[in-house]
Amino acid sequence: MNLLERVRTCRFKRMDFGTAEKIVEKLLFIAALSSTLIVFFIIAFMFKEGIPALALGWDFFFGMIWRPSHNQYGIFPLVVCTFIVGIGALVLAAVIGIPAAIYLAEYSPAWLRNIIKPCVEMLVGIPSIVLGFFGLIVIVSYIRDSFGGYGECILAGWIILAIMTLPHVISISEDSIRAVPKEYKEGSLALGATQLQTIKKVILPNARSGILAAMVLGMGNAIGETMAVLMVIGNPEIPFIPSSILDPVRVLTSTIVIEIPYAVWGSLHQQALFALGVVLFIVVAILNLITTAVVRKGAMR
Amino acid sequence: MMKAKEEIVKVGLCAAALLSVAVLLIVVGYVFINGIGVISLDFLLESPYRFEYGGIFPQIIGSICLVAVCLIFAVPMGVASAIYLAEYASDNVITRTVRFFVECLAGIPSIVIGLFGLIFLVYYLDFGICLLSGGLALGFMILPWTVRASEEAIKTVPQAYREASLALGVSKWRTIRSVVLKSAYPGIITGILLGMGKAIGETAVVLLTAGSGLESFLPKSIFDPVASLPVYIYMMATQGHTSAAYSRTFGASLVLIMMFFVISIFALLLRNRYIRRMGRR
Repeated sequence: MNLLERVRTCRFKRMDFGTAEKIVEKLLFIAALSSTLIVFFIIAFMFKEGIPALALGWDFFFGMIWRPSHNQYGIFPLVVCTFIVGIGALVLAAVIGIPAAIYLAEYSPAWLRNIIKPCVEMLVGIPSIVLGFFGLIVIVSYIRDSFGGYGECILAGWIILAIMTLPHVISISEDSIRAVPKEYKEGSLALGATQLQTIKKVILPNARSGILAAMVLGMGNAIGETMAVLMVIGNPEIPFIPSSILDPVRVLTSTIVIEIPYAVWGSLHQQALFALGVVLFIVVAILNLITTAVVRKGAMR
Repeated sequence: MMKAKEEIVKVGLCAAALLSVAVLLIVVGYVFINGIGVISLDFLLESPYRFEYGGIFPQIIGSICLVAVCLIFAVPMGVASAIYLAEYASDNVITRTVRFFVECLAGIPSIVIGLFGLIFLVYYLDFGICLLSGGLALGFMILPWTVRASEEAIKTVPQAYREASLALGVSKWRTIRSVVLKSAYPGIITGILLGMGKAIGETAVVLLTAGSGLESFLPKSIFDPVASLPVYIYMMATQGHTSAAYSRTFGASLVLIMMFFVISIFALLLRNRYIRRMGRR
């Protein structure tokens, strides 16, 4: 083969390269669109199924009675219970999680941190169904024995959900405490403030937006969580607004899982369950948007 | 006085941190103590029969199959998305939208993904309640995690590697394949393994799309309903009501936790080995 021919084939190859490269880029772009597409499909299909129930309007959103056998689909008690369970769990997680984060970021010696950190990360990994079963056997029976009642109640839901949100609260709070510039802390200590005063007056105010973001995100997780909660809160036949933390309740997620096998396909019942999904989706989306906004505001400052 | 207060606060904070460790130890320890008794070769290799007899063989195999289908969908999609976002995309409206929707998908509660799987995969595409529907729905769930982890990993590859490869006349795609992905793969694998851990414990999605009974058979094709460990635990825990059923549930929980630990340890080992190898070079 003479040189000229070689050069020619070489150029041919390079041209092929060019088209192949373009095709690859297009394929990669299509793959990148897949997430967007899935979200659009989720929104479209959930709304399409849920609209007949959502169209009930006031009776759906503020109706006090959820009783599919009588064709009554009022979700107000479900929504109230969802927020009671979610907020309570979050408060519990914050009470333990924020001090734990402060300890990890400010006080803990390296060896102790190297033990605590992986344990906290492992806690995320425990499947929610296993945690729910643990709650059912241990926490529910403990509550039943020491406080009376059924044992399956709001309190049990709080404890289990707090365990599930705790790792998120700890790791995000710790990150935001660590993100506070070192000079602030050193400046405060140099002025003679104690470590505790520095944490209270300098570090926490500066880490506030990150901690707040952790809380809102934890709230979203708590409200969207299904299996663990379902197993410990009792799920009474007809949901009601609870008057004590030992009352059994029903939340949005547990209602969907429990009733979807019994709902006749195409009935208003099934559509109402999809409408519950839509409500859940919107609530969680709003919480996530707030998180993003808080984080962005914090970053801007 | 002030010193004493400082010390008290410090002890209190430490107690809070140790409490979270205690919770992990209590939960895992309790499941271990109650579950280890039922675990035997028979339990691992037999099919369940009613609530009190048999083992969890189809459940273990089913869970593995579901995760496999999930990964077959989510890994190529996720890695390809990440390559596009990290290597090709310029920062414009389209890529910002794509990123926004990846975050969106990550935020959607799993039960909503389950409902979507039920209406879209099971009914609209008419796959039925089966391995394929369940695996794909799980794939939708972990897709954002694979995208994020892969993108992070790709971004940590030094720019000099790419430039060196491009300077040698290697095309862009070839550079990505043989230079960028090669250095980024421990990060990508770790991300995938974490996604696996999430998928294997997921109950709500699988319950709605892959099969909700105590199936005692193995799936013959991807269009068969499939048993899985989380669904087994759910059924036994909510409908078992006998101590024999409960101890089986603990056994299955222990197996599930062990599977998760094995996956996590693999992730760690792989990453460490790779880091060592890079160091030696």
